[in-house]
Amino acid sequence: MNTLTDNTTFDLESSSLREVNRALHAPGVSGAKTILHPRGAHALAAGVNAELQITIEGHVGYYAAGMNQQAAITIAGNAGVGVAENMMSGSVRVSGNASQSAGATAHGGLLVIEGDAAARCGISMKGVDIVVGGSVGHMSAFMAQAGRLVVRGDAGEALGDSIYETRIYVRGSVTSLGADCTSKEMRPEHHQELAELLASAGYPEDDTSAYTRYGSARQLYHFTVDNADSY
Amino acid sequence: MTEQATAHGLRESATFDRTTMAEIRRAASTGVYDIRGGGSKRRLPHFDDLLFLGASMSRYPLEGYRERCGTDVLLGTRFAEQGVRPMHLDIPVTIAGMSFGALSGRAKDALGRGASAVGTSTTTGDGGMTDEERGQSKHLVYQYLPSRYGMNPDHLRMADAIEVVLGQGAKPGGGGMLLGQKITSRVAKMRTLPEGIDQRSASRHPDWTGPDDLTIKIQELREITDWQVPIYVKVGASRTYYDTKLAVHAGADVVVVDGMQGSTAATQEVFIEHVGIPTLAAIPQAAEALRELGMEREVQLIVSGGIRHGADVAKAMALGADAVSIGTAALVALGDNDPRYAKDYEALGSAAGYFDDYQDGTDPSGVTTQDPELQMRLDPEAGGRRLANFLGVITMEAQTIARACGKSHIQHLEPEDLVALTVESSAMARVPLAGTSWIPGAATGY
Repeated sequence: MNTLTDNTTFDLESSSLREVNRALHAPGVSGAKTILHPRGAHALAAGVNAELQITIEGHVGYYAAGMNQQAAITIAGNAGVGVAENMMSGSVRVSGNASQSAGATAHGGLLVIEGDAAARCGISMKGVDIVVGGSVGHMSAFMAQAGRLVVRGDAGEALGDSIYETRIYVRGSVTSLGADCTSKEMRPEHHQELAELLASAGYPEDDTSAYTRYGSARQLYHFTVDNADSY
Repeated sequence: MTEQATAHGLRESATFDRTTMAEIRRAASTGVYDIRGGGSKRRLPHFDDLLFLGASMSRYPLEGYRERCGTDVLLGTRFAEQGVRPMHLDIPVTIAGMSFGALSGRAKDALGRGASAVGTSTTTGDGGMTDEERGQSKHLVYQYLPSRYGMNPDHLRMADAIEVVLGQGAKPGGGGMLLGQKITSRVAKMRTLPEGIDQRSASRHPDWTGPDDLTIKIQELREITDWQVPIYVKVGASRTYYDTKLAVHAGADVVVVDGMQGSTAATQEVFIEHVGIPTLAAIPQAAEALRELGMEREVQLIVSGGIRHGADVAKAMALGADAVSIGTAALVALGDNDPRYAKDYEALGSAAGYFDDYQDGTDPSGVTTQDPELQMRLDPEAGGRRLANFLGVITMEAQTIARACGKSHIQHLEPEDLVALTVESSAMARVPLAGTSWIPGAATGY
């Protein structure tokens, strides 16, 4: 079997993490790759930079699909801390729940979490689109700079604290908004982009009018003594 | 004190001196804390408080101009057998991390040129890697910071080493800030931020929180770079003994310790002067931690914060550093605070040699500004030559001292070669007070 270009199955029971990741990083790698028995391995499929279709059959540990470029990665299970952190492009889909800091600092691509995402989902996001099928934990979209975060369920405390230019759409309740995050009008262009995001994530049936948009009030973009209580 | 005050027998308060009172008046009138660049300006126990013993009857010196005294250093040897490529530098003086944004692109260009000319490394900073810097730097360390501004896996793979930054000496526990005056369109684009806003850098990493998580983060960085690139961990000097042990346990190839004399581009004055410990107090802690772990020389120690000349280099290395980093001294070599711009500094309410408002983007030397006209005052080629000269000089100075102590390599300097001038420096550096065999507190731990 040519693991470079053939559709290939790797088994972490018989292969090491380094062997699997090296194979996924090999120059010229292509095709569909399946990874069996991940059993919570960390940094699995991290640093991929090729148009691969990767399916991980099971739960993964920290930083799965970290810094992904181009690949379409499906995790059939739950994901640990920092799934798809700093993703640049491509897509990552988690069929279960995701732990803290999902999509942290990601610059591009699409992250879909079908279940819930824990605290700090989308922290410091820099252009990625994140769609969460369930709810997100506290401090989600903290210092979020760019990109879109869609939550089909509820959001925890301090949503969007110190947010910059990320747009957040939440269908359910929000426990509280963080500093400088505010609800905003859903104009036609927002309904349109939300519909497109939901469709691309596999939720085309959602009614966009059930969502509320949140974003930056842009009151903390410059330090002034009058804002001291907000920091 | 002015002549008039002296004539009248006036006595200035040591507690409420004129500088202190000026700050009280400034705070009262503006309602904001003072932000500035640079490191601690107060008098601290430092390398000046140490002396080398030199050769004598019981030690054999080397001839200054005939006998070899090596200066090269290998950084990142710990996992070399697993494929990690150590960085081999010709001199043990590297350029510390400074961001494009805080510095002009031309300054980064000059730093790369100067460092490469003498075979040492330079380091990126908050805001990512610029083409100028990568292009001019033979050895480039890519910083991995809490903000992850401009963080790009392609750049990780292009780096010669990765430095995971937990903190810096000027502000251990603090994040960064770059005020709107310096957020030009290029800086804003690299950081994915609106142009002209006051930009904050996080103080904690967004996807890990403690030493156990750091272990996994380092594993991820190794996997992404296929175990080819050394990974440094940088800490601001505070609980250095424990931080060093934890960094080694987390898998660091190199530990970087930055003392409180180390500079920042912009931080609150109160933070710079009152958080962290002096470089002198940090080095022995790190060295002891490495010794206890059996990792001395296997995990390399880089020290920064107040390195000004070859004697400082030699003293830091004698205390246990494998290499040092310079920031402020490198900027001065490029032209920062140069008296030829005296009038411009005065026009800003400062003076050449005193200027520290790097956050304002008005630096007359063109080093720490994004102003298109001011930037042009720094010629990267000429600046690079000045920096190369300076690096060469301080390396030769360190060699001079090492030879005088009978060492055929700078790394062979050891604490036994040093004595301290003050009780404080003796206790911190863990070398005897000059003329005695006394080291205060030697029997106690950290």
